[in-house]
Amino acid sequence: MAEINTGGGGGKHDGGKVRSKKASTRVDMTPMVDLGFLLITFFILATTLSKPSSMTLNVPDKTKTEETEPIKASNVMTIFLGKDNKAYYIFGKAANEDPEVKTVGYGYEFRQAIQENARKVPADKFVVVVKPTKESTYKNMVDVLDEMAITKTKRYALVDQLTPDEKKLLKDKAKIDA
Amino acid sequence: MPAVKIKRASSTVDMTAMCDVAFLLLTFFILTAQFRAQDAAAIETPSSISGIKVPDKDIMTIGLGRDGKVYFGIDNQQHRLAMLDNIAQAKGITFSPKEQKEFALMSNFGMPIAQLKQFLNLSHEQQGKIKQPGIPTDSTGAGATNELKDWVFNARKANNDLRIALKGDNLAKFPEFKNVLATLQAQNINKFNLITGTEAPPAGWKADD
Repeated sequence: MAEINTGGGGGKHDGGKVRSKKASTRVDMTPMVDLGFLLITFFILATTLSKPSSMTLNVPDKTKTEETEPIKASNVMTIFLGKDNKAYYIFGKAANEDPEVKTVGYGYEFRQAIQENARKVPADKFVVVVKPTKESTYKNMVDVLDEMAITKTKRYALVDQLTPDEKKLLKDKAKIDA
Repeated sequence: MPAVKIKRASSTVDMTAMCDVAFLLLTFFILTAQFRAQDAAAIETPSSISGIKVPDKDIMTIGLGRDGKVYFGIDNQQHRLAMLDNIAQAKGITFSPKEQKEFALMSNFGMPIAQLKQFLNLSHEQQGKIKQPGIPTDSTGAGATNELKDWVFNARKANNDLRIALKGDNLAKFPEFKNVLATLQAQNINKFNLITGTEAPPAGWKADD
């Protein structure tokens, strides 16, 4: 198959019938297929295949100060994001009440800690306060926000200022200089 | 007795069908292709389970590199020009038509305004080689040296429907992110998207309706 006959159309044989030689209509497609797949490969690689997703982040308005009722420390889990992908949390006590500081990594361990503490208080009262220290990375923060979505914690806050009490606590118990 | 003739199977296959498939796929990929714009810096985003897609148009992207440098870009070329005009007026600089054209082609950049003109006059190869120093920010979000606030303000002046996406690198430190956040909050922008990769939620997890 697949060659184009270019010979002159049917020679005249002596005394024979005039037969027009039929040119083959088949063309060799192999190089064309090669080219096709080459281009496909190029386009697959050049395209961003999966579009990135995004998570929405709403922050409170700084210009308006709303009066809200104070939250009881017994319902609050405060998470400090430290360096080297470690997080520290206190639960149920304010920073000046000598709380126990627990250390967790990110991922499963983290999720369990949140769920465990969430069970200890009424569901609508549980509040998570996330306080990234200056040692933490952007990834840590996104991971924590993601963890909030996974554990369906509705009430959480991202606070970037540490109180002096908290700084002291972290220095004493977690040995980080926040 | 005649010799047994083994019928030789033809070794050629009809490629027409395969060719059809190849070009069909090719057409599909060409039509759906969106070329990866050349970025000022490589940013590796963290991943999240969020399934919200990043919008295609009317988007302002603020990039945060691993070294804490801030990059800025908006999607539409017309709006980029309008934004540059606004900046030029505000800062009292003029850009030549050639520089404007160059600027319209940049999907994102990280040059301080003072060095921008010089940068635009370089050839594309040189632009690619230069390490962009990033757009200056500060922790209050409204200081005189904070140029990000000017870009954000003038971009929104050029296109009021802009949504804001923050694209941070895994290794970017939190204080730099805080500076960007402060800049946006100082302009009363309280809602934005964080661009992340996609990862599968844990088994058994269901989204709330």
